[in-house]
Amino acid sequence: MSESTSQSVTEPKKGGHGAPAATHAPAAGAGGHGHGHVEGQAHLAHHFDTYQQQFDAGKLGIWLFLLTEVLFFSGLFCAYTIYRGMHPEIFVYAHYFLNTTMGAINTCVLLISSLTAAWAVRNAQLAQRKLLIFNIVVTVACACTFMVVKYFEYSHKFHDGLLPGPNFHPTEQVWELESFKKKHPEAAEYAEHLDKLGEERAHRKSAAGSADATVTGEYERPTEEQIEPLIKAGLIGPHAEDPYRISKPKNAHVFFGIYFCMTGLHGIHVVGGIIVWLWLLKRAAKNEFGPKYFGPIDYAALYWHLVDLIWIYLFPLLYLIH
Amino acid sequence: MIVNLSVSLASVAFAEPKLPKLPDSPFFWMPPDASVTASNTDTLFNAMLWISLIFAVAIFFAMVRFCVKYRAKSRAANENAQKTSEHNTMLELTWSVIPFLIMVPLFVGGFKGYVNLRTPPRGAMEIRAQGQKWKWLFTYPGLGTPDDTLHVPVNTPVRIVINSVDVIHSLFIPAFRTKMDAVPGRYSDIWFKATEVGEFPIFCAEYCGTSHSDMLARVIVHPPGGYEKWLASTIASADSLSGKDRGAMLYEKQGCSTCHSIDGSPKVGPSWKGIFGKMEAMTAGSPMKVDENYLRESMMDPQAHVVMGFAPAMPTYQGKLSDKDIDGLIEFIKSLK
Amino acid sequence: MASPSATADVVAPRSTSESENYLTHDKGVLSWIFTLDHKRIGVMYLCSVLAAFALGGFFALMVRTELLTPGRTIMDHDTYNQMFTLHGAIMVFLVIIPGIPAALGNIIMPLQLGAKDVAFPRLNLASYHLWVVGAVFMLSSLVINAVDTGWTFYTPYSLTTTTAVVPAAFGAFILGFSSIFTGLNFIVTVHKLRPPGMSWFRLPLFVWALYATALIQVLATPVIGITLLMMIVERTLHIGIFDPTLGGDPVLFQHFFWFYSHPAVYIMIVPAFGVIGEIIPVFSRKRMFGYKFIAASSVAIAFLGFLVWGHHLFVSGQSVLAGTIFSAITFLIAVPTAIKVFNWITTMYKGVIHLDTPMLYALAFLWVFTIGGLTGVFLAVMSVDVHLTDTYFVIAHFHYVMMGGAITAFMGGLHYWWPKAFGRMYNEKLGRMAACLVFLGLNVTFFPQFILGSRGMPRRYYNYLPEFQSLHVLSTVGAYTLGVGFLITAFYLVRSLKNGRIAPANPWGGVTLEWQCSSPPPYYNFHKPPVVEAGPYDGYENLMYDEKIGGYLPRKAKSG
Repeated sequence: MSESTSQSVTEPKKGGHGAPAATHAPAAGAGGHGHGHVEGQAHLAHHFDTYQQQFDAGKLGIWLFLLTEVLFFSGLFCAYTIYRGMHPEIFVYAHYFLNTTMGAINTCVLLISSLTAAWAVRNAQLAQRKLLIFNIVVTVACACTFMVVKYFEYSHKFHDGLLPGPNFHPTEQVWELESFKKKHPEAAEYAEHLDKLGEERAHRKSAAGSADATVTGEYERPTEEQIEPLIKAGLIGPHAEDPYRISKPKNAHVFFGIYFCMTGLHGIHVVGGIIVWLWLLKRAAKNEFGPKYFGPIDYAALYWHLVDLIWIYLFPLLYLIH
Repeated sequence: MIVNLSVSLASVAFAEPKLPKLPDSPFFWMPPDASVTASNTDTLFNAMLWISLIFAVAIFFAMVRFCVKYRAKSRAANENAQKTSEHNTMLELTWSVIPFLIMVPLFVGGFKGYVNLRTPPRGAMEIRAQGQKWKWLFTYPGLGTPDDTLHVPVNTPVRIVINSVDVIHSLFIPAFRTKMDAVPGRYSDIWFKATEVGEFPIFCAEYCGTSHSDMLARVIVHPPGGYEKWLASTIASADSLSGKDRGAMLYEKQGCSTCHSIDGSPKVGPSWKGIFGKMEAMTAGSPMKVDENYLRESMMDPQAHVVMGFAPAMPTYQGKLSDKDIDGLIEFIKSLK
Repeated sequence: MASPSATADVVAPRSTSESENYLTHDKGVLSWIFTLDHKRIGVMYLCSVLAAFALGGFFALMVRTELLTPGRTIMDHDTYNQMFTLHGAIMVFLVIIPGIPAALGNIIMPLQLGAKDVAFPRLNLASYHLWVVGAVFMLSSLVINAVDTGWTFYTPYSLTTTTAVVPAAFGAFILGFSSIFTGLNFIVTVHKLRPPGMSWFRLPLFVWALYATALIQVLATPVIGITLLMMIVERTLHIGIFDPTLGGDPVLFQHFFWFYSHPAVYIMIVPAFGVIGEIIPVFSRKRMFGYKFIAASSVAIAFLGFLVWGHHLFVSGQSVLAGTIFSAITFLIAVPTAIKVFNWITTMYKGVIHLDTPMLYALAFLWVFTIGGLTGVFLAVMSVDVHLTDTYFVIAHFHYVMMGGAITAFMGGLHYWWPKAFGRMYNEKLGRMAACLVFLGLNVTFFPQFILGSRGMPRRYYNYLPEFQSLHVLSTVGAYTLGVGFLITAFYLVRSLKNGRIAPANPWGGVTLEWQCSSPPPYYNFHKPPVVEAGPYDGYENLMYDEKIGGYLPRKAKSG
């Protein structure tokens, strides 16, 4: 440190040191209340020397944060992988209950919002206030659409008794669902047939009071198309709940537990994103962003891309199981 | 919680059944080594003791010596340190490689010992061990009722198949240097071949709640011929017992004693003394009479009606008690006026 | 660091405590609660962490008192189980993990970098507020129905016990975020706020340690977050991930839990390495031997720490293959750790050794950490671990490294930087006495526990076989000795705030940047970022001790 004391007193070129406003200047990434309302001329926090340094710090910060988010979700992805590996039939069974169309709509909606978010960054860099506001609004609108569709999906599940754990009481049998019937029409029919047989047997058992309730009649060997989807979905066979009657697989509720955890956590992150975008919308309206200062939009967009990316993994893993 | 510090209302009395005694050991650090599975552990442990001693003494000695030899007179003296090299890659490599080389045989020895511990020999005698809050129950071939003590013959490989009915426990036999968690929903095993006749403690080594530290048992290693004699006589007496004698035997062997006293003091569950025929308030619903039906239901479906003031902690004995067992227990309870 | 120059700033400190510094800069409680100053945030953390340490220590003494007799001594089974759980949870989540980084790191690291603050001051404040919120949740369990699962929350017991598991686990969850934010902040600070001339290999070792720790904090903590969240959801909504009666796997919880909690122990100890790396060179008036190796070993330990979690699971039913891999990598970690110890001792060789209180703690650390580390090797050996795991041997091992390692280093750092942070010197005689008591107490408390463990005494035991009693009594005596040592420390440290001798800028003759601003530092740390031209341990010969101020000044001859 060979500079003399006198240099420490004169500051202007270093931007912000010792300037009175700087003592209350907040952290880089979030900007703050600046004094210049010239477009993009906000907030160089007092502990940074240049706008570039501030931006770089914020960029590194948001990437680290995204890394933690990935690890956070990875626990759930890990649980998913383990359970799917150990009980594939539960996953096959359950995915019929999900509405693939709604899932696809949500995927498109999020992709559009990612586009507008990326575009918004460009707008901020070029100080295009009106376009920036427009893009943020569309991003938020898409996010809200996502949540609305999600609401419908969740309420369907509640209605149909597809809740985790001990509250799992599906109102419909899987072979009665449209999605199952469309994909496996022969199997759906055969399942109906088996179900009726099982019911008859149960009647006879309670009437006769003994376990001996043989079914009379011709036994027809089922075809591949009839039986395979049923075994795969754990409705009959070693994984079924009831060894004597076509039913659902043991512990079928586990899928829905994982489903709600993963989509729920993701939904919470979408809501968090909406809140952040709304706050940025307010700041954009006040014309705070410009070529020197557009970090917050950039960081929010990065976060948003991650939220989108996580959904892009969730969608096939949960909805598109074969 | 703080109030419980001084006052103990429902204090769980120290287990009445015989406490295992900690056997005298010829070693300072370890219990007696009573199984073939112990020697690998002891050899490695002792090796590490010596290695650690040498390193610790060397480090301590260097530290003390430097502090004494190079101690500053005072700050005012402003002494400067002598010039020494600040890095020496050769030295760094040396004191990385040497510890590494020392660790390799330790690792290999540990690996070998572990594989041995985890590989029961073919044809080993099998005994089942079940962990439940807070008792170990051992089931022997041919004996219908479980026993709370592990009996094994000397010089015979024994495999213990372990499971749990509620939370994770861990079967730990220090004298055999072996341990394995009892996990609900799956089976695990250990094996050993006892080399010394005698009695050794068994501990539960995975925290499992209130009486985790009371979940003790003993392994009794019989001399040649002794185990067969014990098994035969136990089977005979178990079958021969009926009525309240059978009930009294089951009271200990099935683990009821862990939670129910017979002298009136409340434990985790109500005391059996004088309980038959009483009207008891339940945690939900109307009061019930403690009769044969209620007792049977409590054994098969304990959560159905729980006496007021007690937690719903009792496991079910469905499948574990025969009708003869249930009758015996009911008679036993009736006899506790 | 850069040869200290004879600027007015450095000499001015005489009158610091009367003139303005960060402590006097703004008045009022709100100016503290909403401060953005890293030094104030660090001080708040320090007070909070030390208060939590006192509470955790109180529970420890309760546990040890109960263990004076084989049967009931002063409490019943359930209370005891709650006591050891709270002791563990408080010490791990509220004290040791935030510990050195949040309390000492926040105050000192930006100063060592010649920076004005950390990269994200508001995030820093948020991190502290989250600590408080997390602490409230965790301690609320105390008043509702104190949790009794052990700090490890193993399922299925944690799913079925009627104690207040959810508030405690949720508190830990929030504390996880506090930790993540601190780590994130430190990483960006070290990358982006270094002064001109301070390349990576000119960073003080404390900064290297905090950086490596921050990497672990950021990567590992989210996993415990999601694990605790899953456990809470399992407990409340019964989704069936860990509960075997619902198709779940209880051992999966253990894998998730230890995937974080093993790296977490490196969060606890690596900053301690950093503190030792500051004290030993300064109190030996020497450069650190093998600086690059020490810096690299911190990062190596951080990385390897992620690969060994299965060594907590040797008796859980884990496969032999997995166990073998975990054991092998655990052995590997011993190597960089040993390198550090050897390097520190070699630094003392031919040095000029001053045995002030910080150095006494550093020396205590070397001894106690060596024992703790060596006993870790015992536990890495698979077959021996089968016998020793879940016994008092493990308790002794981790207390030697956590208490003897991390806490001792924390104490050393506290005493080392106390004059800088508060502008006062404490009573040196009392300091040395307390350090000796703490060292004695540590060994008397925990060494007997090795013997208890290898003889078969399991952990978390309320009652025990009478043959174990004499060792337990010895251990309890040691615990009370420890307590006395800490009480004395608290006494003279607090007293120094009012009655201590005014501290000079540089009482110990350190050459890192924090010694170039006044004690306490001004609000803005430095007028301008210093330019760094040399390594962090260069320049002892440029300093001279001045009896009048009781501290070091740059040699007049050099500055001319």
